[in-house]
Amino acid sequence: MAMVDEPLYPIAVLIDELKNDDIQLRLNSIRRLSTIARALGEERTRKELIPFLSENSDDDDEVLLAMAEELGVFIPFVGGIEYAHVLLPPLESLCTVEETCVREKAVDSLCKIGSQMRETDLVDSFVPLVKRLAAGEWFAARVSACGIFHVAYQGCTDVLKTELRSTYSLLCQDDMPMVRRAAASNLGKFATTVESTYLIAEIMTMFDDLTKDDQDSVRLLAVEGCAALGKLLEPQDCVARILPVIVNFSQDKSWRVRYMVANQLYELCEAVGPDCTKTDLVPAYVRLLRDNEAEVRIAAAGKVTKFCRLLNPELAIQHILPCVKELSSDSSQHVRSALASVIMGMAPILGKDSTIEHLLPIFLSLLKDEFPDVRLNIISKLDQVNQVIGIDLLSQSLLPAIVELAEDRHWRVRLAIIEYVPLLASQLGIGFFDDKLGALCMQWLQDKVYSIREAAANNLKRLAEEFGPEWAMQHLVPQVLDMVNNPHYLHRMMVLRAISLMAPVMGSEITCSKFLPVVVEASKDRVPNIKFNVAKLLQSLIPIVDQSVVDKTIRQCLVDLSEDPDVDVRYFANQALNSIDGTTAAQS
Amino acid sequence: MNGGDVTSSSAATSGPPPSLDWRFSQVFGERTAGEEVQEVDIISAIEFDKSGDHLATGDRGGRVVLFERTDTRDHGGSRRDLEQTDYAVRHPEFRYKTEFQSHEPEFDYLKSLEIEEKINKIRWCQPANGALFLLSTNDKTIKYWKVQEKKIKKISEMNIDPSKAESSSSPPQLVANGLPADKAHGYLSNDFSFPPGGIPSLRLPVVTSQETNLVARCRRVYAHAHDYHINSISNSSDGETFISADDLRVNLWNLEISNQSFNIVDVKPTNMEDLTEVITSAEFHPIHCNMLAYSSSKGSIRLIDMRQSALCDSHTKLFEEPEAPGSRSFFTEIIASISDIKFSKDGRYILSRDYMTLKLWDINMDSGPVASYQVHEHLRPRLCDLYENDSIFDKFECCLSGDGLRVATGSYSNLFRVFGASQGSTEAATLEASKNPMRRQIQTPARPSRSIGSMTRVVRRGSESPGTEANGNAYDFTTKLLHMAWHPTENSIACAAANSLYMYYA
Repeated sequence: MAMVDEPLYPIAVLIDELKNDDIQLRLNSIRRLSTIARALGEERTRKELIPFLSENSDDDDEVLLAMAEELGVFIPFVGGIEYAHVLLPPLESLCTVEETCVREKAVDSLCKIGSQMRETDLVDSFVPLVKRLAAGEWFAARVSACGIFHVAYQGCTDVLKTELRSTYSLLCQDDMPMVRRAAASNLGKFATTVESTYLIAEIMTMFDDLTKDDQDSVRLLAVEGCAALGKLLEPQDCVARILPVIVNFSQDKSWRVRYMVANQLYELCEAVGPDCTKTDLVPAYVRLLRDNEAEVRIAAAGKVTKFCRLLNPELAIQHILPCVKELSSDSSQHVRSALASVIMGMAPILGKDSTIEHLLPIFLSLLKDEFPDVRLNIISKLDQVNQVIGIDLLSQSLLPAIVELAEDRHWRVRLAIIEYVPLLASQLGIGFFDDKLGALCMQWLQDKVYSIREAAANNLKRLAEEFGPEWAMQHLVPQVLDMVNNPHYLHRMMVLRAISLMAPVMGSEITCSKFLPVVVEASKDRVPNIKFNVAKLLQSLIPIVDQSVVDKTIRQCLVDLSEDPDVDVRYFANQALNSIDGTTAAQS
Repeated sequence: MNGGDVTSSSAATSGPPPSLDWRFSQVFGERTAGEEVQEVDIISAIEFDKSGDHLATGDRGGRVVLFERTDTRDHGGSRRDLEQTDYAVRHPEFRYKTEFQSHEPEFDYLKSLEIEEKINKIRWCQPANGALFLLSTNDKTIKYWKVQEKKIKKISEMNIDPSKAESSSSPPQLVANGLPADKAHGYLSNDFSFPPGGIPSLRLPVVTSQETNLVARCRRVYAHAHDYHINSISNSSDGETFISADDLRVNLWNLEISNQSFNIVDVKPTNMEDLTEVITSAEFHPIHCNMLAYSSSKGSIRLIDMRQSALCDSHTKLFEEPEAPGSRSFFTEIIASISDIKFSKDGRYILSRDYMTLKLWDINMDSGPVASYQVHEHLRPRLCDLYENDSIFDKFECCLSGDGLRVATGSYSNLFRVFGASQGSTEAATLEASKNPMRRQIQTPARPSRSIGSMTRVVRRGSESPGTEANGNAYDFTTKLLHMAWHPTENSIACAAANSLYMYYA
């Protein structure tokens, strides 16, 4: 056993712990791999550390994942670009492990390294690695191979390129669906590096095969390839080769494939251009909006705004809007909810008149939906409509919806609507708020559920920020302070919470004149929980108010509390007193 | 369905294949005379992997035991020699590989329910990097296991004397500086500059000893998705998903995601009092990842196409046999309940087992089964007794041979039956799971002479002639052969008699 000099001790420990039994320590050492490499020097890193790591591929997944990540940025530690190839063997073995996240990270790192390698090294070591993985005995290696072809392909010789293309085509026809899936999802990436002559001749053939695969799971990944390939092809080729595929996919037997199309169709529109969008894709999209399967309609409904953005308003009104009307009374609440979350965005696209004529009735019906999520989604996007048609047209229906949500029996729904109150307040204006919503805000402070009370207090702070201290002084503070005499101590505690949140917004003067007397009064409460919360609150007020106030009022109050019979009250009072002393010490 | 014609064409052209002569091959965990069977040792699941090189069993004690084939191809040249010298060793032989504790007994505190550790089903997954993967499930929780040779590491050549490092995790020098050891790493990079050539005195740990041992690691736990007891798990041909079925629901999982599953079939009525039918078994189609079948307690099999809809409450095809008129009795519904279904390897046929019969269905023909095999017809007069002692609720499994030419299922008294499934075949054999054919001699009136030499007791009968043991008294309802599996490529059957695993070949 060797002994090490004192200053090297930490690094020595770090190295030893690469093989520690405790996974946490191994993980720590792997994360500091660069330190170890620097301590060993470049040459020994290449000759000892890297081979050592290559042997390490049966470690736990967490360690392997960290290793895969570190190796991706390891080029400087092995002596620069010319030695980058030494990093390939450990990553190659990581590419074959069965845990997907490790493999993906190793593939990422290989791509990073490969893209920096010199062309000769790429041909000498990277391309053989790709070929080895692609011919791997186990599917994991072949899956990984699919992700690095695009790096290998650039900058290798024509002969090798031909070989790589045919190897990829074999992967597209692999026995294992996992490999075909990987080939399908990486085809777009690979295609970007392939010369346009081979694009039509070879890549499109692979693509066609994948789109006809028996396995749904492969076909639906081929959908993603449509957009990527479409962007690479000349417009006329795209229309000839990609468009029919998209149209077929949109009528595929499998709802999962149609679901993918519904999610991606707007991207595909860009690939085929406006004319074909009009003649072919709009009908396809309309079909998807009316699909039998709710999941497909959900995906399609969620993209309605994005899709309409690609069309001119007339087309949207003529073709899409009728479907939107149907969807607003869809049998599935999730479809309506998806629609509600995006439909407000259509207002700016259609313009004022069309919005009032066509969209407003839909908004109103969704606001009355029996399902709270639908109503919430409409309310959350209110600002988008406000810009186009103003809020007045909606406000009549809005209030009942808000009130109903505010009193929903599910506290999560109440919580969600509270979050939107500041937005509503800013959109509806002070007047509307004072009349209708003010009372609700106070009511929430006394909710049965703590999360709601907490959110309500926070809401008051945000309202004070929105409308300014002066308004808050009039409309919020008196109501809040009234509650301090509530018989329930939890509600009295909420007053303290509200004060602590609002004080920074309201400023020193109001805090001293309005809040402080209430707080001091509360320090005489009979419930210890109130008292130690007073102590905590006073501590938070120290930076807000003048030093003189601290000395005069706060300190005295805390001193009283620090003699309280309750141990917790004394503890927090002393904490606060210490912090007073701390700040005075710092100032002097 | 493509590939389906392999079976039918071979049957049509060459007529029914000759009846098989079953022989005893091996037994694991054989009971010695008078030995009491421990409840936890009773085998509750048997499954061959796809290649047939491995066999897994699960038991009521939550253990999974793996066996591996000893006569496999990778013996290479030596194997060829073996074949020439002794033709008889060509049948699959297995040896114990490893075992692990898959499930432990648990207690659900919310429902005040004990969760047994008993393994209900085992399914093999795609092997990778020489490691084996399998899914095992008890009533509630599915687990994904990886079984792999792991090197036993021994570390030598440390930088720091391990005895010293062990005694205090924070070295004395650093304690003197007041730095906790775990922060030492952090401080290092700030005030320490490395010489460009590195520090020669540092060395990497050296791993010695290359011994390996088999380690089973639980990779994922798929829990909390079933309100009722899981009766089946089945993996999809897409290699990334599997289903799990309980009494009322079928859920779809991705192997890599253990915290969410999708409910694809839900037969739970809004009012539980309207419940008339439960799911008894479910299986994915072996080739088409979008198709799966599930059976019900009313004797129907539903084939569903997952492409049609996310929620597959409506089936694509329904296979059920209309009740024979006038035969209705109190037991009709109970004995109609299907206890197990299996797809044939090509996916063309579905084999189902109910209490009385085995039925073979062509998935292209939903008007009725293409064949029915009487298994327990002779028990019909005794249904009342069977009901009283709960035997009528026993869930017998069934299996098909890899070539689809034969089907098999278990029975009482540790007997199992093998039938020829090809057209025109009258093959029907009753075998006992034991290696001592003489033990139950009273039951073997029609023993053909040629089986005397073999170790297995073989009785050949047409399916119409029930034989003498059918008059019942000899039947032992406590020894039932519920679980069995057919080797995927060869005529070899593994079956469980209580705690013993018997293997036969033909």
